[in-house]
This record gives sequence, structure tokens and C-alpha cells, in this order.
Amino acid sequence: MIDLTYLNDRFEHLQQASADDGIAVIRKNSFDSFNKTGLPTYRTEDWKYTSISNLFDESFAQAGHTITLADLDALRMPGHHKANELVFVNGRFDATLSNILSTDDELTVLSLKDAAKGEYKDLVARYLNKSSEYMKDGVHALNGAFIEEGVFVYIHKGKTPQHPLYIYHILDGRDHPVMAQPRGLIYVAENSRLQLTETYATLGVSDSFCNGVLEVVVDQNAYVEYYKIQNDKSNASQVSTTHITQIGRSYVHTVTVTLNGGVVRNNMNLVLDAAGNETHLYGLYLLKGKTHADNHTMIDNKQPNCFSNQLYKGIADDFSTAVFNGKIMVQPDAQKTNSFQSNKNILLSDNATINTKPQLEIFADDVKCSHGCTVGQLDEEALFYLRARGIPKDKAEVLLLQAYAADVLAHIKPMAIRAYVEKLIYEHLSIV
Amino acid sequence: MLSIKNIHANVEGKEILKGINLEIKAGEVHAIMGPNGSGKSTLASVLAGREQYEVTAGEVSFLDKDLLELSPEDRAREGLFLAFQYPVEIPGVSTTNFIKAAVNEKRKYHGLEPLDSVSFLKIMKEKMKLVEIDQSLLSRSINEGFSGGEKKRNEIFQMAMLEPKLAILDETDSGLDIDALRIVANGINKLHSPERAVLVITHYQRLLDYIQPDYVHVLYNGRIVKSGTKELALELEEKGYDFITEGVDLNA
Ligand SMILES: Nc1ncnc2c1ncn2[C@@H]1O[C@H](COP(=O)(O)OP(=O)(O)O)[C@@H](O)[C@H]1O
Ligand SMILES: [Mg+2]
Repeated sequence: MIDLTYLNDRFEHLQQASADDGIAVIRKNSFDSFNKTGLPTYRTEDWKYTSISNLFDESFAQAGHTITLADLDALRMPGHHKANELVFVNGRFDATLSNILSTDDELTVLSLKDAAKGEYKDLVARYLNKSSEYMKDGVHALNGAFIEEGVFVYIHKGKTPQHPLYIYHILDGRDHPVMAQPRGLIYVAENSRLQLTETYATLGVSDSFCNGVLEVVVDQNAYVEYYKIQNDKSNASQVSTTHITQIGRSYVHTVTVTLNGGVVRNNMNLVLDAAGNETHLYGLYLLKGKTHADNHTMIDNKQPNCFSNQLYKGIADDFSTAVFNGKIMVQPDAQKTNSFQSNKNILLSDNATINTKPQLEIFADDVKCSHGCTVGQLDEEALFYLRARGIPKDKAEVLLLQAYAADVLAHIKPMAIRAYVEKLIYEHLSIV
Repeated sequence: MLSIKNIHANVEGKEILKGINLEIKAGEVHAIMGPNGSGKSTLASVLAGREQYEVTAGEVSFLDKDLLELSPEDRAREGLFLAFQYPVEIPGVSTTNFIKAAVNEKRKYHGLEPLDSVSFLKIMKEKMKLVEIDQSLLSRSINEGFSGGEKKRNEIFQMAMLEPKLAILDETDSGLDIDALRIVANGINKLHSPERAVLVITHYQRLLDYIQPDYVHVLYNGRIVKSGTKELALELEEKGYDFITEGVDLNA
């Protein structure tokens, strides 16, 4: 049995220190739920193929950090000079390291605590932790129990901030194993636009575990692009939940790229809660070593005439494991739903594993849903063709895998980010 | 340059090549003809190093090296080139980048610096003219959506870029109109020199009108059953293969 009593002490301490920060009730309910549910096991629905309980074997240090701007510079993504940058260190939003270029009438950034008390308190009350209606497992509850230094971002009505939003999650594993539980709430108001890229980096050699939850609320006629780039150390694990609710007729486009990591679990939840929503979800995972990446997508169609399309592609090499579970729910009111899903895999090694599963729950009769999943091999004919021109096998494989990745990467719209990801992929695939 | 001695090869456990012998010297042009299913492409694949083909007996030396010991990429870098009968389409890999990588891999193998973009483009322009291939094709993914003729021309273009010592052309002339045939033949003739050799696999006499083989061989049922000069090709054109294959004992 894993000893999690240290979490009790930390929870009590946090509740006392932040008794009236407006989030105490959510924390309390979440911690109760965590204690009831515990960490997911193989028997937990939705966690059949992914185990994270062993990550808790070491009690994570909760040390203060000494991240400097120089540390941050090494991790920055191209285009950062023109980006609004939010920095989380060990799961806590760090306002001093962050840098907001947009004006406050376009984009407002607050600590979640401040947002819960001031002008935006109704929004926070209404939308913070809505994800728990969908996520009943203990890890999700654990994040809720420890909401402390979260962030709140508000994109104002009718605004298109010129500066994209970059979120960095830095975990300081230089002295101890580290656990981080970042939390964010973003509200994209009517007629506004948001382009967001999120990435993760562990410093040092200790194990890290990032259990992050980001909730995004998208209002009428708003437009959201969201990119998640995961390329951390081999002993850096994470559960990353992105819970997007489209409350007005709006457009959401996400691309999740998973390269290196330990155990990586992504929950990409879309709640389509207005008629005529449009959603595109893309994913690319290129797994080597012992990386285990599990992409769970969920689309809850609650209103009529929504369109969604999903394309997740990946490869599993060495001893890696890829899991894809795509859940599509169509509620009784969601007539004329169009929802398409495709998951394609290439198995590169006999020791790698791929599990892929569509999960359709349809309660309306006038809908169009399709799904397909494939597991194949690298095209031997193509490989031979390249080799027969003098390109060595490993380079030929990289070329073919880059080509394989290209039709997902094409959906990364900002060129700076796409080029950055292409470079990461080239390096990732070229290291043997 | 190339010396094939008693090669036997299996595909999926079935013997396809049943003892092939062939000597090709620098400067020579050889043609292999023969009915469909004789093993011509199998021979080409064995020489290029395709792994599904299992060589069960015999030896091949190429420029005094044991060819069968080399990986496909090393064979190419040593100077062997196969123009495929059915070039594959490779979506997502740009033709230009691919050819540049191939050229530079070969240079690296021979201890040369990689070509910079300017020199590469210059050579490319030259060779493009030679095989009359359009820039727009080269900026597309390898062979993707190319017509049959465009694929063949792309093979000849790659040959021109890589300047192999030995070029093996597997039915590069099939399905080409007369213009394309002339271009392909021209590409071959430009490459041909006293240090280089060419092995063309073909069905038709018509390519041989343009490229003048020194030797013609008939491959039938996994063996070379007849060799001669280019008059043999004319005779085949006239009489068909029957006059050769009739007397051959399939079980021998
Ligand atoms: N990859 C393969 N798998 C199974 N059989 C093959 C394969 N390649 C060739 N063969 C068989 O080997 C024989 C010779 O084929 P091939 O070398 O393509 O002949 P050719 O080029 O002379 O027409 C044929 O019977 C063909 O069916
Ligand atoms: Mg053939």
C-alpha cells in the first residue's frame, strides 16, 4: 500500500492557511472525493491501461523554488518575444517570472484566488471545477484538493490579443522528486480569440509528476487554438486534463504533441453546450524508450448541430505504450450531430504496445458519427526505396516518420510553433 | 565490374532464380529480356538488396566487393543504382529534399563535403534539363500522384543526379510514349562512359534502337537461357520467345 498520509498533513495545512480564499469548499469536496476514490487502479474505468499509483511511491518534496530567468530562458519557445508568457513553477503560478504584453482591456491575468474574490468571482464560482462532473477519478480530485496558486485568464469581449499565450510548467527536480498540480481557468468571452501553447519541463534528474487541470470556457462566437507540447524527461510523468466547455456557438481547435516522457496521461474533454459548435482535435505521439502515453478524448454533444473531428496519430517504438480512447457522447437533444474520429498507429517494435478504442454513447437518432482505428507498420517498400538511393536505414525511418507526422503538424497554425515542434521531433527521432 | 556467379534466390520459400551467371565489365551495356514472371525484377531486387529475397546460393562481386554483404544503402553509395519497375509513392517526403539527402549521403560515404544549396541547385537544374523533368514535380512528395511516365522520368533524373557506376533499369521503358522513351534513352546514353556500365531490363526491342547494347541475354524461368549480341533482340522481336523457350526443360 502506498502511504499517502503526507497528503493529509499538507491538505490540513493548506486549508488553515487559505481558509477564506473562496476556493476552500472546492478543495474540501475534492479531498473528500479523493479519500473516497483513491488513486485509480487498473480496475478503475478509464484507467485500464495506465497506472500512475506507483508514481506516488516517493513522497514528493514541496520545496520552495529558485528558478531564475536564465533557467526560464533555456526553455522558452520561439515567438516568446511577442507572447504573453505565464510561468508555473512546481505547479504554482509565478507572477514575477510571467510576462504579459497585452493590455488589461484585452487580456486580464489574475491569480485564481484574486479572481475568486473580485470582479470575476461569479465566473469562477460558475465554472471552476466543472470538470469534476466528468472526471470522477482520484487524480483529478487530488488536483482540486490542492488548488493554491492557480491562474485565471480572461479574454475580453470582442478582443483578439496580438500576443499569443504561452504557458510554461517548470518542475524543479534538481534536489528532490517533485509533484506539481497546476490549475487554471480561462474564459474566452464573446467574439474574442485565444491562441494558447502549453509546455512542460523538468529541471534536474529527479522524478517529477505534474497533475495539471486547465478549464477553458468558450463563449459565443469565440475562437480558440490550443497547442500542448509534451517533451519532458523520461522520468517526468504527468496527468494533463484540459476541459473545454463551449457555452456559445464557437470554434475550438487543439493539437496535442507527445514526444518524450514517463507516464503521460492526457484528458482532452470537450463539452459542446451550444448549438452549432465546431471542434477539431488533433494528436500526435511519437513514443520511444519506455514512454507510456495515454490520450483520452471526450466529446459531450449536448446541443444540436455540432460538428467535431478528431485525428490522433502516433507510433510506438522500443518498449513504449500508446493508448487512445475516444469517447463521443451524443445527448438526446443533440440531433444533427456530426462527429468523426480517427486513430492511426504504427507499431515499430515487438516490445511496444498499442491500445486503441472508440467509445460511442449515442442517445439521439439523427446523428452522423464515424470512427476508425488502425495499427500498421512502416511502409517497407518506401523504406527500401530510400535506402536503395543511399539513405541509411535510421535516417530513412526518420524521413518516413516525419512524413507520417506531417498531416497532424499541418494543423499547428502558428509557424513559429510548428517549426519548433518539427525541430523537437527531428531531434527526438534522431537520438537512438 | 559486376560478376554474378550461380545465384539462386527464393521469395517466400519459392525458388525464383535458379542459377544466374553474368559478367558485366566497365563500359558495357547489357540488356536482359524475357517473358513476364521469368525473374528479371527478382534479379534486380537481389542486386539492390531487397530483404524479402533470400539468396540461397552463389556470389556476386561488385567493384571487387562482396555485394551480398553490403546493406542496400552501401550498395547505392558504392555506385549501384536501380531504377524501379514500380517506383513507390512516398507522401510527405519532398522529392528535392530526398535527392539532396541521397546525393550528400553518397558524398559523405566517399569522404566528400556535402553540397551546399547553391551547388546542389545548379547540378539539379542541369540534370532537369537533361531528362526534361519539371521543377513542379520535384517540389512534390516523392512520386505522389505522378503519372506512370513521370515516375519513370523521376527515376532517370535520380540516376543522373547520383551518377552511378552501374545502373540497372527495370523496364524503365514500359508504358512510355516515343518522346519519353527518347528522353530516357538520352539519360542513359549521357551517363554511359568507359567507367560505367548499364544493365537494362526490357520487354521491347524499341529501347534498344536507342541505346545499342553490347550483349543481350534472355532470362527464362530463373535462368539465362541464351546470350548474344543485339541481333538476338531483333530475332526475339521477330519470332517471339517461343523459339527459345520451347526447348528449355523447366524441371532441369
Ligand atoms: N515479393 C514477391 N512475393 C511473391 N512472389 C514473388 C515476389 N516477387 C516476385 N515473385 C514471383 O517471382 C516470379 C518472378 O517475378 P519477377 O522477378 O517480378 O518477374 P519479371 O520481372 O521477369 O516479370 C513470379 O512468379 C512472381 O510471381
Ligand atoms: Mg519485372
